[in-house]
Amino acid sequence: MSAIYILWLRQLKRYVRSKPRIIASLGQPLLFLFGLGFGFGPIFQKAGQGNYIQFLAPGVIAMTVMFSSVFSGIELIWDRQFGFLKETLVAPVPRILIMIGRTVGGATVAMIQGLIVVLICFLAGFRMSNYERLPMAILFMVLVAVMFTAFGTALASVLSDFQGFQLVMNFLIMPIFFLSGALFPLTNLPTAMVIITGADPLSYGVDGLRGSLIGLSHFGMSLDVMVLTVIAAVLLSVGSYLFSKIQL
Amino acid sequence: MIRVRNLVKTYKDLIAVNDISFDVEEAEIFAFLGPNGAGKTTTIKMLTTLLKPTSGEVELDGLNPAVHHNEARKRFGIVFQDPSLDEELTAYENMDFHGVLYKVPRKVRLERIEQLLKLFELWDRRNDPVKQFSGGMRRRLEIARGLLHTPKIIFLDEPTLGLDPQTRNQLWTHVKKLNEEERVTVFLTTHYMEEAERVAHRIAIIDHGKIVAQGTPQQLKEQTNSETLEQAFLALTGSAIRDESVGSIDQMRNVAKMFRGPRK
Repeated sequence: MSAIYILWLRQLKRYVRSKPRIIASLGQPLLFLFGLGFGFGPIFQKAGQGNYIQFLAPGVIAMTVMFSSVFSGIELIWDRQFGFLKETLVAPVPRILIMIGRTVGGATVAMIQGLIVVLICFLAGFRMSNYERLPMAILFMVLVAVMFTAFGTALASVLSDFQGFQLVMNFLIMPIFFLSGALFPLTNLPTAMVIITGADPLSYGVDGLRGSLIGLSHFGMSLDVMVLTVIAAVLLSVGSYLFSKIQL
Repeated sequence: MIRVRNLVKTYKDLIAVNDISFDVEEAEIFAFLGPNGAGKTTTIKMLTTLLKPTSGEVELDGLNPAVHHNEARKRFGIVFQDPSLDEELTAYENMDFHGVLYKVPRKVRLERIEQLLKLFELWDRRNDPVKQFSGGMRRRLEIARGLLHTPKIIFLDEPTLGLDPQTRNQLWTHVKKLNEEERVTVFLTTHYMEEAERVAHRIAIIDHGKIVAQGTPQQLKEQTNSETLEQAFLALTGSAIRDESVGSIDQMRNVAKMFRGPRK
């Protein structure tokens, strides 16, 4: 337990101390929220879908949580590169606890980022349909955070350099985001898109968040919780396995 | 304290460590010398559970690190060849992190951190982030950290690389003192022969993955009819220059250096 705690604390301290990282990581959601939100707003309204900011905000929140948690997981590459990983790997602590500590720490950082964006959304005019569902929304954020931190750690366990990281960003993370329904409704899509969006784990996170925040769910929120929990569990196991295989 | 028998590590097309055997006694200072790429670091990694041996036996204080990793890990401290501190954390936080991971009880931990930071003259700077530290201060902090959980063995992999003579001198004085006072077994590698001659009780020379000679500095000099250990070393390993291949981690380190700009 104390090992998990100290690993969690370390990540939190690193997060709080790197002000540029906090600011930089809020730039992207802001751009999406204001650029897309206000840019496409009138067209979305004309198409009879209502207020685009209302629709987009849950997607942007999910995006923030996902990107922050993937980055937290992938921080492992930096730890490996700057040597700190060795310090944790020679310690008399089972690797599974190290993996859990890192995941909890990364997920916490992603949650903080996500909650900051929730506040920004409110400032931009977003309103929840039913405030009693706020705990549900937080549950979905936690699921997305855990899932993608584990995903990032699993990736970082097999990648050893920056080039690989770029590849992952462009061919894995960006598609997961763009094909998740964060930016557009999942109704009336061509069959190919239905299949792809249905296979994208983030779709269920976005959908669950949208369900709890504005009462609009495509898959149904119980299915969302189930899918997210199962995938998070699988990714945690795969991540732990790959992490336990790291040799330096 | 350390017992190695027929240890072998092979990579796809390379035999990094080729059937080496040696013993290190309790409270001994043992130097492991060899040219670049001879297999020193690979051996240390196998002794410290970071790398699985292809074959052979290792015992640390009677334990096999491949089987009882966590028990074995408690018995040793290590200072790696490359830096391994968290630069964003302060000196104190780095120590505390280590102490918690090694389950040093809180009261002992606080006392021992203070004692070690004072010994290595870092106590005044304990609340400064490590990124503001010089190379010598970082090294001292790493050694202090490696000793925090009162290990029986400490591994020092080229601990004086890139340090000025004053710092090197002071560092070895500390190591000798610890060895005498706390009876810590020291396993070290270095490229500075005069350092090995000064501190080591016994020396093994490794080349191309094989141990080519073992003994006290005096024995090695006599064996090769040399006046200094450096001459003995060259006589045993030849004077051809070795090129180490650069691994992906080193390549990435270069990229990172480029992005972070010159160090202050």
